[in-house]
Amino acid sequence: MATKVHMEALSPTMEEGRLVKWTKREGDAVKTGETLAEVETDKAVMELVARADGQLIKVVAAEGSTVPVGNVVAYIGAPGEKVDGASSAAPAAPQPPAVSRQPSAGAPPTPVPGAVAADAARVKASPLAKRIAQEAGVDLKLVTGSGPGGRVVKRDLERAPAGSAGPATQPSVPLPTPRSPVPERSGAAYDDVPLTQIRKTIAKRLATSLGPIPHFFLTTDVDMERATEARGALNQQLGDQGKVSFNDIVIKAVALALTKHRACNAWFQDDHIRYWNEVHIGVAVAVDDGLITPVVRNADLKSLAQIGAEARDLAQKARSRRLKPDEYTGATFSVSNLGMFDIDEFTAVINPPEAGIVAVGSIVPKAVPDGDRVVVRRRLRLTMSCDHRVIDGATGAQFLRTLKQMLENPLAMLL
Amino acid sequence: MLRPYTINPGLPVANQFDVVILGGGPAGYIAAIRAAQLGLATAVVEKEKLGGVCVNIGCIPTKALLHSAYIASLLKESKDFGVEASGVKTDYGVAMKRSRRVSDQNSKGVEFLMKKHKVTVVKGTGVLQPGRKVKVGADVYEAKKAVLVATGSRVKGIPQIGLEINKSTVISSDDALLLEQVPASLAIVGAGAVGMEFADIFHAFGVKITLIEALPRILPLEDAEASDALAKSYKKRGIEVIAGAKVTKAAVGKDKVTLDVEAGGEKKKVEVVAVLMAAGRAVNTEDIGLKECGIQLTDRGFIKVDKNLQTTAPGYYAIGDVAGPPMLAHKGFREGACVAELVAGQKPHPIRYDNVPSVTYCHPEVASIGLTEDQCKEKKLDYVAGRFPFSANGRARGTGETEGFVKILRDKKYGEILGAHIVGGHASEIIHELAVARENEYTVEEVELAIHAHPTMSEAVAEAALDSLGRVLHI
Repeated sequence: MATKVHMEALSPTMEEGRLVKWTKREGDAVKTGETLAEVETDKAVMELVARADGQLIKVVAAEGSTVPVGNVVAYIGAPGEKVDGASSAAPAAPQPPAVSRQPSAGAPPTPVPGAVAADAARVKASPLAKRIAQEAGVDLKLVTGSGPGGRVVKRDLERAPAGSAGPATQPSVPLPTPRSPVPERSGAAYDDVPLTQIRKTIAKRLATSLGPIPHFFLTTDVDMERATEARGALNQQLGDQGKVSFNDIVIKAVALALTKHRACNAWFQDDHIRYWNEVHIGVAVAVDDGLITPVVRNADLKSLAQIGAEARDLAQKARSRRLKPDEYTGATFSVSNLGMFDIDEFTAVINPPEAGIVAVGSIVPKAVPDGDRVVVRRRLRLTMSCDHRVIDGATGAQFLRTLKQMLENPLAMLL
Repeated sequence: MLRPYTINPGLPVANQFDVVILGGGPAGYIAAIRAAQLGLATAVVEKEKLGGVCVNIGCIPTKALLHSAYIASLLKESKDFGVEASGVKTDYGVAMKRSRRVSDQNSKGVEFLMKKHKVTVVKGTGVLQPGRKVKVGADVYEAKKAVLVATGSRVKGIPQIGLEINKSTVISSDDALLLEQVPASLAIVGAGAVGMEFADIFHAFGVKITLIEALPRILPLEDAEASDALAKSYKKRGIEVIAGAKVTKAAVGKDKVTLDVEAGGEKKKVEVVAVLMAAGRAVNTEDIGLKECGIQLTDRGFIKVDKNLQTTAPGYYAIGDVAGPPMLAHKGFREGACVAELVAGQKPHPIRYDNVPSVTYCHPEVASIGLTEDQCKEKKLDYVAGRFPFSANGRARGTGETEGFVKILRDKKYGEILGAHIVGGHASEIIHELAVARENEYTVEEVELAIHAHPTMSEAVAEAALDSLGRVLHI
């Protein structure tokens, strides 16, 4: 019986490999451990080695072809042995573990696709890197490994680049190297920078958003005069006990509006829609080489001060890459704010499987008609992106109207 | 040599290769094998024997002689082991001839490897030319992908103080390896690995040795405890060791040399039959066409390279001793393999220059990796030192090799192995457990958790790791 040679996961994030070159040909004798082919993974060119002795009796994958991990690329057997139906009857790719339906109680399930979940279970890291990460509370999954096969090693967790004069004393808690996405200019015409794990995840997840998800967008103009007054009063009240930002007010208002419009607080799950009873708001945070969406859980039940403190803590952790998986997964709806960059309005990309996201612009004074006069008011543009498979136009519009009302009259949040 | 007709431009030209390597020493021949493995047409240009200094006048013959020395000293104390050897005579000429045979076997081995991998070996002196070419005599060899400069290094004298190598009374290690008989007395200038090893060899063959080192300690690059242990061991054997010494003057006569030596404020005259210069090496960068190709040197005279070992001239790489310290064969091996992979379009793993083991094969052997304790202090690292003496190791007691110790320096917080130092029998072999550990970022705990066979010298490594954790068992 011939032994199947599978495309192996040669790096922790590898889902498919490009067969660069067969180093053995059909008919060549092979021994366990010998290199059969060179395979380009998502990180590097690696060697695919034989797991059995014998003869390479059949090559299924051609040079240059890309093969999913787990598929058969060749067969090793006795000389002359025939492979049954070996043409290219490669078995199906391994099934991603189905996302189980969980009772509402407890932590929400992780909404990452199966492949990512499988990666998450196994992080390659050196014992030293594990120890440093544990001490510093760094999530190794968010760190790009530069060791063999994408293994996370000490230098990946160090702030100071290797070879630089070290600090007088070792930092008590080393942080992951903040990587600038753009490298220093080399002499070449261009510089290729391998995708970091976080950027790969962004690429993978967002490509499952705007392409496959039928988006539509709703924009509304919100008067923020009263919210501004309310925020001023609240902050005065809080004193040095904390601070409430406009974003916190938006998070709270979105959460409350969702409790009134459950149709928007939902996940699209291929063969079913999951309407959430809990409200967990994802808050997009820009980090050094990408973005991540930490989650304010049960935002509808929390006070503005609580939301403010939690959002700031999560943003801080996100920037130092210390978020734990349960802190950035499980949102039921998201908020993205680019107001601080003087963006008046924009559309945000839905974070699947969520069905909606609200994009928050900056609060700007605008001339608006008030009866027969023109007055200057502080205004805010909100744009909601909706997954049309879950939310219809009118449904989204009703939610947005409630949100607008709550922001324009913060007392409505008490209703 | 084939003279190709370039009638059909589509056919490969006989003097055209993917890679041309100047120098067939450790860096060069490994680069050639790896390049050939990766399907590149490869040529090596070598003016002398394949294998370079290492195989012919370095690592390999000295190890042969050191074993002769070991046998001589073993026989001296064999009575204690119940084996009485009387009438023991030593003959350096015989030992030397054996060492030459060992070298020749190794050089032939490299020749065989070149044949096996279909690497073209060009005998002759090569000179680099612009356009990725190497000229050997009247022939020009062109490299389509890369030229690798692996011209190595050579011994140097100190002409400034009158110690120019003259091959009779002032000799280099090259000459020492070919002596038919030993001088009655020998001063060795420089107590690095080379000086230490020759002191060991010649002492065992009955030569009166004076070992002179300019820096405050012999084996100055090693951990101070290792240096001190060796100084003590050598003095006990009757080797005179003068460290922190300056040779102010040398009077080289026909059959004797008188050195004026200043050490610790005292002046001393050392009168010997010959002086062995073991104070450093010079890289072979002259007359190989570097300037013509736009290849620059560093302030210290090495070839300037980037992180991919590419020189300042694109398409020209430098590997081995010429590319910079440490000037060790195994560092050259790795650079050769790495550049071959790079040229073949692979992405080799970056070389960890902080994880190159250093070994001196004198008796007892000295092996180390990573930082010394002084370096830890300089860097203000928070470290803990763990030690275990071979005198407490069962295997070492059995073989009578109780000299020396294992010392591990670990980071206090995470247990990272910052450095490891071994003095003792087989230290050169034992060190690799720690090299693997460091390469894979194992901490002292992983080293200790690995079960070590009993009784072995290697148990001392696990015990030193335990000692650094405050849990040593056998002391």
